[in-house]
Order: sequence, then structure tokens, then C-alpha cells
Amino acid sequence: MGSELAEITVKILLVLGAFALLPLLVGQAEHKVMAHMQGRLGPMYAGGFHGWAQLVADGVKFAQKEDVVPRAADRRIFMIAPGVALVPYLVVLAVIPVGPGHVVLNLGIGLFFALAVMGIGVIGAIMAGWASANKYSLIGGMRVAAQLMSYELPMVFAASSVAMAAGTLSLSGIVDEWRWWWLPWQLVGGVVFFVAGLAELRRPPFDMPVADSEIIFGPYTEYGGLRFALFLLAEYAGIVVLCALTTVLFLGGWNGPFMSDDLGWLWTLIKVFALAFVVIWLRVAYPRLREDQLQKLAWGFLVPLALAQLALTGVVKVMIST
Amino acid sequence: MTGQEIVFVPLGVVAVGAALLVVTTKQMVHAALWLVVTLGALAGMYLVLTAEFVAWVQVLIYVGAVVVLLLFGIMLTRAPIGRSADLDSGNRWIALAVAVATAALLVTVVVQGFRTAYVPLKPGGGSAEAMGAGVFRTWVLPFEVLSVLLLAALIGAIVLSRSDIGPGPDPGSDTGPGSGGGSRRKGDG
Repeated sequence: MGSELAEITVKILLVLGAFALLPLLVGQAEHKVMAHMQGRLGPMYAGGFHGWAQLVADGVKFAQKEDVVPRAADRRIFMIAPGVALVPYLVVLAVIPVGPGHVVLNLGIGLFFALAVMGIGVIGAIMAGWASANKYSLIGGMRVAAQLMSYELPMVFAASSVAMAAGTLSLSGIVDEWRWWWLPWQLVGGVVFFVAGLAELRRPPFDMPVADSEIIFGPYTEYGGLRFALFLLAEYAGIVVLCALTTVLFLGGWNGPFMSDDLGWLWTLIKVFALAFVVIWLRVAYPRLREDQLQKLAWGFLVPLALAQLALTGVVKVMIST
Repeated sequence: MTGQEIVFVPLGVVAVGAALLVVTTKQMVHAALWLVVTLGALAGMYLVLTAEFVAWVQVLIYVGAVVVLLLFGIMLTRAPIGRSADLDSGNRWIALAVAVATAALLVTVVVQGFRTAYVPLKPGGGSAEAMGAGVFRTWVLPFEVLSVLLLAALIGAIVLSRSDIGPGPDPGSDTGPGSGGGSRRKGDG
């Protein structure tokens, strides 16, 4: 009993540590990768070596700022919105397996749990958009809602394709069933899932809800200081969660061509960071999609592709089992 | 009282309390947000009853999609911050009577029908496997009938929202405010 309790405590501490550290690593990587792709250096001074402490300095700056709530805002909703945006990603992180048996909460329906809880985070952005009493924020909040509704469907379809292939909804079970030839088999589904996930996180090129040239910063316009930092943290935590889910569902999680299973968590981390690099790369490479292009991409391409993937998965699955 | 009952009762209180706030709050967006609390508490009750699958579908569909759709609709039309004076309907006493009567009827039926019948909860009883087997083996006919009903509703929604298909409005008559897209498309053709 005592050792069990200790194990759970250690696991929770590990998740909290990962939650505090991984988004910062992705954020710092974004600073540097974007800079080098654009022929700049990026932060170079904070902390000495290549500006590694830039985000720490940013955090200190955010913490020192005054906590401002607009007079016309709905105070309570305005203040809890960053929490609603951030906490779901922390909860999802607890069900993602990093290695064989290395998972805090091994749920039988982990996949559904992850998708359901990720959807709640979006309500935080909508709440922020409404409660700010700012027309740009309101427009941003509406765009967030419209985007979520169109991209949730292909995301769930693509995820269910893997669940069909593996015959289980458990995230660990899916990785156990995974074989290398699933890569070409589930390729379309993987791309759809990743793209739809990016749209749900409102990352460029799907950052219409926070389009700075039109609506300042969308739902987050009125935020400053720590609450703003929480929204930023939610974005980067979202990147980590999306990359981890894509890794687990489509890239085989802790499976790798070499190294033993004991080092499986290393494979997971490598894949997560490779995907995070792609997320940053897409931000640099593509211009922002317009609202109508966003909707067309979701309904005209991703949904049919996801349906085709579902059909392919079903056919191959039946062929294998006979 | 078992541990499950101890968790179940506060969840029920939260669900009912938040539901009351949905209909009594003077702020429209707050009503939608209280609905999130109600539906979340309901999902928690499903969890306590070992219906994990239904619980997370509840969160995914109702909290993640339906409430977002509601919020979108409210924000698209009218989402004032602060109290709105005109949110109370003149029918509210009748509505209260109907709600109380419905609740009384349902409670009576459940109590009369299942007075001493207790179902032992076993872990995994509401897992995806059990649900799938139940829906696609035992209850496959009602399931398919429901899917046809949903399909009909879907097609109906498409027909209602598109004015450029079907018999179409008479070119000479006033087409009303909803058919702007239709008349523009006619001009294109």
C-alpha cells in the first residue's frame, strides 16, 4: 500500500515536471528554429549560452506585470478562463503512455478520454473572448468556436481509424498492437489527425482566431501578465499533447527500429520533438488561411479523407482477419 | 452508504443546482456555461455508475461540441455582458409547473418500477466492449432506426438551409431575407 502510494506520487510529480518543462522546451525551440529559418539568431543573451534562459526571463517579466481586468469585462469568467484553457492539457498528459507500462493513468478508453478532455480547453478561449468585453475578442472567440466545430469531426474520425485497426481504445493497447506497416496504412489518417489537431490548437497556418493584423490577438487581446502567460503555456502544452497523441496513435509510440524497450520512452520523446519541430516549421512556411479556406479545408478535404481512411482501415482489417 | 453513493449524491446536487442556475441566471452566456457544469456533473455520475464510455462521449459531444455550438450561436446574435432584463419569459410559472410535474411523474415511475431492484455495479460493465456488444448485437435494430432518423434530420437541415435546391422560389415573388444566397447564385448562372 505504502509503495503504491509512493509510486503514484512519483508518477504525478513526473507528469507535473513534464508539464512544466516540455512546453518551455518547445517554446525555446520555436524561438531558435524560427529565427534560424528566417536568417536571424533569435534570443542570444539571457542565460549566456544561446539565450537558453529567455523563456525564464519572459516568465519573470510576466509575473511582475500588473493584473489588469477591463472595467466592462465579466470579472469571474475573465479570471477563470485561462485555467479552463490550461488544465485539460495537464489532465490529458496523465493518460499518455511514454513507454511500456510507463503511464500514470492507464484507462481502458484512454483515446476517448484524451479527445473529450482536449475539447474542453477550447471553451477557455471562447470564455476569454466573450468575457473581455472587446469586439475583437468576441470575433476571435467566435472564430475559435467555428474552427473547433469543423475540425473536431475529422480528428475524431482519424483517431477512430487507428482504434479500429488496433481493436482497442486504450492508448497503451494501440501502441502494443502497432506494426511498422501501419505507417503507410494509416498515413492519411495520421496527416488528417495532425492537421486537425493543429487547427484545434489554433497554430499557424490555422491562427485565424488570433490573427494579429485583423483582430489584434483575438480572445487574448485584453489579457496581460500571468493570465496571458497561462494562455501561452496552454498553447505550448497543447503542442506537446498533440504531438504525443500523434506519436502514440500513428508513429508507434515507444516502438523503434533499435534500442531495447527499456529505453522506449526515449523513442517517444524523440518522435514528440520531431513532430513539434514540424509544427514550428509549418508556422514559418505557410501563410495564414482565410476563414473560408479554413472551413473548405476541413469539410472539403479532411472529412472525406478521414472517411476514406476509415473505409480503407475497415477493408484491410477484414482482409487480415480472414 | 457505499463510497459510490457518497460520490453520487454531491454530483447529483451539483447537476441539479447548476441546471437551476441555467434557467434562473440573468446572464445569457452564464446560462450556457452553467450548462457545462450540469453536463459535466452528469458525466461524473455516469462514471460513478461504471459507464465510462457514455461518460466520455457525454463530455466529447455535449461539452465539447453542443455547448460550443450554443456559445457560438449566442455570440453570433447577442451576447451582452451583465444582466439582461428581458430574459424572463412570461410563461415561467407554467414552465415551472410542467417541469415539476414531469419530474414528479418520472420519479414516481422509477420508484414504483424499480423499488427493490438493485443492479450490482461491476467494473467494466459500461466499457466500450460491453457497450459495443450491447448496441450491435442486442439492440442493433433500434440503433439502425435511430441512424435513419438522424440522417433524415440531417438532410432536412441541408434542404432548409439551402435555397438554391428544390423547387425554388418564384422569380417574381418576394423571396424573403433567408434566400440572399439563392438569388445571387441564380444571377451567377
